Parts: sequence; C-alpha cells; structure tokens
Amino acid sequence: MKTIIIDYGSGNLRSVHRTFERAAKDHKINSQIVTSDKPEDIAAADHIVLPGVGAFKDCYDGLSARAGVMDALYEAVQVQKKPFLGICVGMQLMATEGIEYKGSQGLDWIKGQVRIITPNAEQDLGLKVPHMGWNLLSENIKGRSHKILDGIEMGLHAYFVHSYQFHTDDENETILTTQYGEKITAMVAKDNLVGTQFHPEKSQKLGLDFIANFLNWKP
Amino acid sequence: MSQFMQATQQNNNLKARIIPCLDVRDGRVVKGVNFVGLKDAGDPVECAKIYDAAGADELCFLDITASVEGRGTLLNMVSQTAEQCFMPLTVGGGVRAVEDVRALLLAGADKVGINTSAVKRPELVGECAEKFGNQCIVVAIDAKRVSKDGEPLRWEIFTHGGRTETGIDAVEFAIKVANLGAGEILLTSMDRDGTKSGFNLPLTRAIADAVSIPVIASGGVGNLDHLVEGITEGHASAVLAASIFHFGDYTVEQAKKYMASKGISMRLDGYVN
Repeated sequence: MKTIIIDYGSGNLRSVHRTFERAAKDHKINSQIVTSDKPEDIAAADHIVLPGVGAFKDCYDGLSARAGVMDALYEAVQVQKKPFLGICVGMQLMATEGIEYKGSQGLDWIKGQVRIITPNAEQDLGLKVPHMGWNLLSENIKGRSHKILDGIEMGLHAYFVHSYQFHTDDENETILTTQYGEKITAMVAKDNLVGTQFHPEKSQKLGLDFIANFLNWKP
Repeated sequence: MSQFMQATQQNNNLKARIIPCLDVRDGRVVKGVNFVGLKDAGDPVECAKIYDAAGADELCFLDITASVEGRGTLLNMVSQTAEQCFMPLTVGGGVRAVEDVRALLLAGADKVGINTSAVKRPELVGECAEKFGNQCIVVAIDAKRVSKDGEPLRWEIFTHGGRTETGIDAVEFAIKVANLGAGEILLTSMDRDGTKSGFNLPLTRAIADAVSIPVIASGGVGNLDHLVEGITEGHASAVLAASIFHFGDYTVEQAKKYMASKGISMRLDGYVN
C-alpha cells in the first residue's frame, strides 16, 4: 500500500511523515509513506493525507497553484473514493468556504463554513486564541462514533492549535467535539472523508492509534 | 483567576501544559545558572525519548549559543530529536530569516522560536507568521527587571542569552509581536533563570494579561509549587522547566499530579508506551 502526504509548502510536513511511518511500523501495516506534490503520486496512493497549518486562503491557494494537484485530488477522493484524511487546515479545506479577513472558497466536499473561534463570547473567561494545547475529545452526538475511532476511548486528550473551526451544516457530519468556552469541532467525517482539527501526529498514543486506524480503514 | 483554574467550572477542558526544555550546546543538553557555568545533563535524543514516554505535553529545544557564536541550529540533531517526539516540538536558537524557520520545520520542528532577531527586526515575526501560520511562531522574550525598589515595576528585553541590553519595554514588546502574528510567547525571566527561586510572577502576569495569545512561563523553577504559581498567579498557559526534570528532582508525572491536586486542569493520559 501507499500513503501520500500532500506537500503544498505548508507547515510541519516532516513531523506528519515521521508519525505516519511510526504508526505503520508499530501496528505492522505495510504502507509506504510518501510526501509529494506530484499528481502521479496522488494517483498511485491508496490513502491520501492533506496536512495543513496556517491560513485557510493561503493553503487553498497553495494547493491550487500546484499543477494538476486539484484535479488529481478530485479524481482520487471524489471519483475513486479513496480514504482521505485532512488534518487541521487540511480538514478545514473540505468546507464550502472559509471566512477570515475575507472569504475564500474551499473544496466543498463537506458542506459548512470555517469561522474564527469565539471562546469568550458567552462569558469572558480570558481564554486565549489560538486554542493551543491538549483538550478532551467527546462524541458530538452521544453514542454516535466512527469506525476510525475503534479502540480509542472517549475521554482522552488530543493536541490542538488553531484559531478557526469548521461548522458543518449537517450536525451528523461532526463526529467529535471538544470544549473551549464553546463547542469546537474536533473531527468530521462523511463517506470516505475524515478530518481532524487536532493533530494526530502530535497526540502521542491516541494519535498513533488513530493514524493506524486510518491506514487500515476501508470506507 | 487563570483560565486553567476555571476549567472545571466553566465549559473549558483545555489543560495547562508542562514543557521540559532542552538547552543544547555542542550537541549536549545543558542548563546554566543564569546562563553561565553550564552543566551537562545528557544526550538530547535520549532526553526527548524519555520525556515523550513520561507524558510531557510538549518539548522545547533551544540552541542557546546560536546567536552568540553566529552559527545556525544543528538541523541534524533537531531531526534526530524530532524522530523521538510524538508531541509538539518547539525549536529555537539562531533563527534569523524565513528560510531558517522553513529549515527547522523541514527537520521536524512543529514550532519555531525567534528571539534576538525578533528584537532586531520585529517584522520578521509577521513575515514568518504569514508564511507558516501564527501557530508555528513562538517569540522568545528574555526580560529583566530594570525598575528600582519603590518605583513602578518595569522590565526590559535582553538579547544574546541575557548579555545585551536593548532598552525595550518587555510588556510593550509582547503586545507588538502578538499583533504582528506571534502564536505564543515564551517568557524567560533573566533575574530568575537558574536560581530555583520560582518564576517572576509579576512579570509573567503583566505579559499574560496584556496579550490574547498563550504565554509560557520560564526561568526559576525549583519546586512543584513554583509550577503551580506560574499558572495560578502568573496566568501562564504553560510552564517550562529544565533542571528539575533533567536532574531527576521530580518526574513530569509527579509534577502533573501535584498541579492537578492544586486544582489545575492537567492531562494525565495518553502517553506513548
């Protein structure tokens, strides 16, 4: 098997790559991890990972600017329905649009909007933005989980660092949430798509288990 | 009350963080007393592995001589250290340009600390934040009290490992870099660093309350109550310590349990076995 981590000039790619290698090794999964921005590597992969840190629009533009990447992604993910994991901004890019200084369109694979978090809106708790650190995961809708969470107990912590969050139009497509002055979307899923606001590559044991589940996932 | 004291009551489950810091010189972890008279505390790669298994919330890696001797951070060692880390890794030391940040990220860092160069040219913070995202950019501020007893408290920035005076007000500078796009501030009290007498709490609180981004308190930890105070009285989001962990005075787990017993919301699960 082959897993591609899409390189579009953003963030902690190396860190993502290493954690995928370690998860595959620990769980005895035979998957070659490739970090690349070549359309042919996307086409050849069985699993597709879109990492991302930074601003929504910059990431979307970075992806669009790479020749053939958008088309290859669409073909692999939307037509061939290969398992896809978006991490952080990579997850947010699946939305219909992102609202930052001004709006930017997203991939529109999961209907919804990405907006700034407002942890002090209800009451001024002096909560900092970005939301940075370890926070508890819980089910958005009680009893409604996802195959990719098999063996991962609720009530564990994952590592977050972000200032924006994904509000899915369909509440059923938000699988996990966390609490930070308000409810924050922690994981979304639809068909062959999953996305995490937290960083599995930085979430120690929970992250390694989650990545192994993704590599074994057959949607 | 700090955000972490309110966590249990107030719809917030974010945890306070403990960050062991590896100060590295010539490939070895060291911790100086006031940055002078360095002691050897081991191999950075081994330390990273141990701290990952011990449940550290993040790890910080500082090439403390970089800007003095004018050499770049040893990317190779960062890369080996990053290999052992399944928690966020911040790397600082010798970062002068956007390219230095990129090189560290490519070596495996998750966040990059900028210190002296941010003081010389604050726009660098904005340039790096724009390129890699705010969350990547940690501005390291080394501050020393300059006000005399009886005067209103005032702290100024010092660079080059505390050797160079700048005359820049520390609180104003923190606000400035936060506005430029820093994602976090790593605040070290030069008066306290290496003394084991506790964080400079008035300084920490002055900066934590002045900016909307997280502040990591650093400099002066000698016991577990100091860690507690950094959060409860200093209003920091995270506490950084080196020697108390490197020399085995306390384990990270002991520290976390102690802080939790004092009402601070801490993460006690999820370690790599």
